[in-house]
Amino acid sequence: MGEPLVVNVGPQHPSTHGVFRMKLTLDGERIVDCEMIMGYLHRSMEKLAEERSWTQNIPFTDRTDYLSAMTGNLAYCLAVEKLAGIEVPPRAHWIRTIMAELQRIASHCMAIGTFVNDCGAWHTPLMYMLREREKVLDLFELACGARLTTNYMRIGGVARDLPPEFLPRLQALVQELPHRISEYEELLVENEIIVARARGIGILPADKAIAYSVSGPMLRGSGVAWDIRKADPYAAYDQVEFDIPVGTHGDCYDRFLVRLAEMRQSVRILEQALDMIPPGPVQTPVPLALRPPPGEAYGRIESPRGELGFYVVSDGGPSPFRFHIRPPSLINLTPLPEMVRGLTVADAIITLGSVDIVLGEVDR
Amino acid sequence: MRDLGNAVGAFLEWLADVGAPSWLLYVVSSLVGMLALLGWALGSQLFFIWAERRLIARMQVRLGPNRAGPFGLLQPIADALKVLAKEMVTPRGADRLLFWLAPIAVVVPAITVMAVFPFGERMVLADLDVGVLYLAAISSTAIFFIFVAGWSSSNKYSLLGAMRSVAMLISYEVVQVLALLSAPIFVGSMRLGDIVAWQGQYKAWLVFLQPLALLGFIIASAVEVNRTPTDIAEAESEIVAGYHTEYGGIRWGMFQLAEYIAGFAVAAVVATLWLGGWTLWGLEEWVPGWIIFLAKVYGAFFLFIWLRGTLPRLRIDQLMAFAWKFLLPLMLLNTLLAGLEVLVWRETGAPAAAILPAFALGNLALAGVLVVGWAVLLGQLRPERRPARPLLVQEVGAIYYRPLEEAREA
Repeated sequence: MGEPLVVNVGPQHPSTHGVFRMKLTLDGERIVDCEMIMGYLHRSMEKLAEERSWTQNIPFTDRTDYLSAMTGNLAYCLAVEKLAGIEVPPRAHWIRTIMAELQRIASHCMAIGTFVNDCGAWHTPLMYMLREREKVLDLFELACGARLTTNYMRIGGVARDLPPEFLPRLQALVQELPHRISEYEELLVENEIIVARARGIGILPADKAIAYSVSGPMLRGSGVAWDIRKADPYAAYDQVEFDIPVGTHGDCYDRFLVRLAEMRQSVRILEQALDMIPPGPVQTPVPLALRPPPGEAYGRIESPRGELGFYVVSDGGPSPFRFHIRPPSLINLTPLPEMVRGLTVADAIITLGSVDIVLGEVDR
Repeated sequence: MRDLGNAVGAFLEWLADVGAPSWLLYVVSSLVGMLALLGWALGSQLFFIWAERRLIARMQVRLGPNRAGPFGLLQPIADALKVLAKEMVTPRGADRLLFWLAPIAVVVPAITVMAVFPFGERMVLADLDVGVLYLAAISSTAIFFIFVAGWSSSNKYSLLGAMRSVAMLISYEVVQVLALLSAPIFVGSMRLGDIVAWQGQYKAWLVFLQPLALLGFIIASAVEVNRTPTDIAEAESEIVAGYHTEYGGIRWGMFQLAEYIAGFAVAAVVATLWLGGWTLWGLEEWVPGWIIFLAKVYGAFFLFIWLRGTLPRLRIDQLMAFAWKFLLPLMLLNTLLAGLEVLVWRETGAPAAAILPAFALGNLALAGVLVVGWAVLLGQLRPERRPARPLLVQEVGAIYYRPLEEAREA
C-alpha cells in the first residue's frame, strides 16, 4: 500500500445532504479513516436567541431542522411552558399531535427518498415520496399559511384554530396514505439491489448506540425500544395507541425499515386523533412580553430524527438567559466514523444517508 | 425511399456515366455513408434526450420538459445551445493536452462502431468479414479515453471513476465477447449481413435460439454504457460524476454524446444479432428494412431508459462478483451448448424446420433453469432472508439487538 488517497466528500457533493464534509482516507475504495468536518451552516442560533423575547424565538426553531419545523416549534414551546408553568388547552394538544405526526410523515418521506437516491436509484423513489410530502405541506399551508417554516405553535397553544376544511382533507389523506406506503413497501423493501446494498452495512450495535447517546429511528434500528412519545409523553401522546418499530441488526437496512414502519404508525395516530380531537380554545392567553420566573427547564420530544430537546434558563427577564438545543442530527452523526471504517466509498454514502441528517440542525 | 442503398447506388452509377474516376466513386460513397451515419446518430440522440427525459418523468409521476416547443420537443436543442455556450474550465494541475483530447477521442470509437451495421439490405457502410470481432474490438477502445479523461483531470473523483471504469471493462468485456460469440457459432460467419440474412432465411431470430447470450450481452452492455443499475463509473451520489467531474460545456457534451451513441450501438447489436436486423418475417417486403431496423434499435434502447428509471445501483464489488461468479460461467456453458447444437445439426443433417424449434424450446427452458438454478446455488451461500418488517413493540426499554453474524449462524 502506497500513499493513502484522501478524498474530501463535501462540502459541495451531491450526497452530503447540505454542507457537510467527510474527509475519507482511502486504500483503493476501502475507507481507512473518516473525519467529519461540520460548521459550514453555523448561524449562531443559541446566542441570537438570548437577544430576543421568548415568543420571538419560535421562528428560529423552524430554521434549525428545516425539514420538520413543526416539531422544532413544539419542543421549544414545551420547554417554555414547563418553565413558566403554562397549561395548554386540550384541543391545542391534539392539534400539536396531528401536526407533529404529519411532520414525521413528511420528513420520513424525504429521508427514505434520499436514502434510496444515495443507493443510486435515479430519483424515482424520491419523486414518489415527494408526491406525498407535497400533500402534507398543502395541509400545513392550509393551517398556517406556510409550507416549510411554519411558525405555527405558540407558547400556551397554537397560533390559530384549524380552518374548517382542514379535518376533512386530513381524513382524505389518512385514507390514502396506507395505500401509498404499501406501494413503497412493494417497490423498495424486497428490492434485491437495496437489500444487497444496505444489509449488513453501517452497523451500529445497541451498546454503542446507547453509549453515543443516539436517538430516534437510528436507535430503534439498532434494536433499542425507545421512544419519548411513550417514555415521557407530551401533547396528546398518552391518549393514543401506537407501536414502536424496532430493528434487530442496526444496519442501514434496519434504519430504512424502521422509518417506513414509523410512517404507518403515524397514520395510525392521525386516525385516532381525527376521532378524538375535542372542540374548544386552542390557546391559553399568554402575555406577549412573557417573563418566566427565574429557573431552568428542559423540554424534549421525539422529532422525526430523534430526541430534540430545548434547555432554557430564565433570569426573570424578557428573553432567555440561556437557550440550548440538543440536536438529534448532530448526536446521531457522531458514530459515523466508527460505522464506515472498513467499508467502501459507496457504503459510506448510504450510511450517511441512513443517518438522515439536516445540516441546519447539525450546525445550528 | 424503399432502399436508401439503391439511391446511393444510382447516384454512383450516374457519376460513373459522367466519367468520374473510380477513386472518386469510392470517396463519394464513403462520404455519403459517413455523413448519413453521423446525421442519424446525432438526430437520434437529440430525439432520445427528449424521449428519455419525458419517459423517465412519466415513470416518476412528474411532467418532464414541456416548455420549449410543442411537448418540449425543442428542449434538446435548447440544451445543446446551453452546453455550447458554457465556459470550459481546465483545472489547474490537469494534463492540458490529454484533458483536451479525451472528450474528442471518446466519440470516435462510438461512431466508428456504427459502420458495420446493416441498416437495410444494401445499407451498410463497411461490410466487413469480421464484423463481430470489429464490434468487440472497437467498442472497448472507448474505455481507454475514459481512463485518459479521468487521469488527466487531476481530480480524485475522476480517478476513482476511471479506475472503476477499467475494472468493470476487464470483467464485463469477457462476458460480452462470449455473448457475442453465440451468433457466429450458429451462422458460421462473422459478417453482420450474413447473420441477418441467416435469421431471415430460417425465419428464426437468434433471440429464441440464444436467449441466455442476449441476457448476458444486455447486462454486460448496460455496464459499459454506464446506465443504472451499473452506472458505477459516474455514480452521481458517490463520486459526483466520475471520470467527467471536471469537464464542463461542450466537452461534457461530448462525453454525453459518446455515451448515447454507445447506447445506440449496443441497441443496434441487439437488433442485428438477436432480433433479426432489418428482417421481420416477410414484412420487409412491404416496409423499408431500415424502418424495421430502427424500430428494433429504439425498442432495445428503451430498455435501458426503463432500467434507469427503475433500479438503484449496485456496489462495485457486487457488480464484479456478479460478472465472474454468475455471468461468466453461464456464458461459457452457453457457448459450449451452442457449439454442441451446431455440431448435432451438421452431423445429423436434420431439416432446419424441425431442429431449430427444438433447439429454441430446449435453450429457452435451459436458460430459465440455468439462471434460476445458478442463482439458487449462489443464494444458498448467502445469509438467510430476514424478515423484511421491523418488530413492533409496545413497551420502551427492552433491547432487541442481535448481531448479524449470529442471525446468520442460527
